[in-house]
Amino acid sequence: MKHRFEVLVTLRPGLLDPQGKAIEGALPAMGWTNVRDVRVGKHIALTVEADSVEAARAQVEEMARRLLSNPVIEDYRILDAREVPA
Amino acid sequence: MELLGGRGVPLWHAERDLAGVDAVILPGGFSYGDYLRCGAIARFAPIMEEVVRFAAAGGPVVGICNGFQILCEAGLLPGALIRNRSLRFICRVVHVRVESSRSPLTEGVAVGEVLEIPIKHGEGQFVAGEEDLARIEGEGLVVFRYCGPDGTVDDEHNPNGSAHAIAGVRNEAGNVVGLMPHPEHAVDPDLGPTGGQPLLASLLQHALARV
Repeated sequence: MKHRFEVLVTLRPGLLDPQGKAIEGALPAMGWTNVRDVRVGKHIALTVEADSVEAARAQVEEMARRLLSNPVIEDYRILDAREVPA
Repeated sequence: MELLGGRGVPLWHAERDLAGVDAVILPGGFSYGDYLRCGAIARFAPIMEEVVRFAAAGGPVVGICNGFQILCEAGLLPGALIRNRSLRFICRVVHVRVESSRSPLTEGVAVGEVLEIPIKHGEGQFVAGEEDLARIEGEGLVVFRYCGPDGTVDDEHNPNGSAHAIAGVRNEAGNVVGLMPHPEHAVDPDLGPTGGQPLLASLLQHALARV
C-alpha cells in the first residue's frame, strides 16, 4: 500500500534563522509592520510503500531523524495522509 | 601538501578504500548539490564509512569548508553550519586565532597565534544548541576563532555570524578537526597570504609521527 507523508523541518527555537530575519526585514517596507518571529523551514512530501501505515510511519520517522533533519539544529514533524490536506 | 613535502592521494567518494593514506583531508567545494543541507548527502557517500572507521582508530582527519560541513553532518564533529548571517557568499581573506594545539592542524602552532587565511562560503555560520556550545567551550574543542589582525575577537571581525566566532572545532579525541577557512589556499606567497602553511605542516608532522 502507498502511504503519503509530509515532513516539516524547522530550525530549533533559539537558533538564529538568517532567512527568516531577511524576510522579516522586508515585510515592513511593504507596509506590514506587525509581523514578528518569522522562521523558514522545509517541507518534504513523500510516498512510502509499506504493509501498514504504522510501518510506513516508523520508517519516515527514522528517515527524518537520519537524513531529512539534522538533530543538532532542527526539529521535525511528520504528518500522514489523514493530516495532510488532499 | 606536496609543496610541504607530502604526497597527495586523490580518493573518490564512491570508493571504499583509503589506499593506506596516513591522513584524510575532506576538501572544500560542493557535494551532491548541497541539497537538503550542506554535506547532508555526502556524509552517506561510500567512502565515508571508511573515513569514520579511520577516525575511530585515531587517524588524523581534516575537513575544510564543505569537508567541515560533511564531518559535522556525519557526527564526527560537534555543531552545524548554516547560512551566513548576511545571507551572502563571502570570499575574502580573514584572520583566525588558534585556540587549541590539540588537533592535527595545530599541534605545531602556538595557542594565540593569528593566521591570515581566505574564506569562501555561503553557509559557514557555526551554530549549536546552548548545551552543545557550553560543552564545546568547556572541553576546549574550539580550534580556531575569527578575529582581527591583532587577535581581537569581536562581532566586527566575525564574517558570518558564527556562534562565539568559531571558525573551526575538533572532536574530543583531538584527531578530527574541521574549519571553514581554506588553509590549502594560503600556502604559496605568490597567490596570497600564507597562514595555511603552519597548519598543513603540522598535519604532515602529525601524520609522519604516527607512521
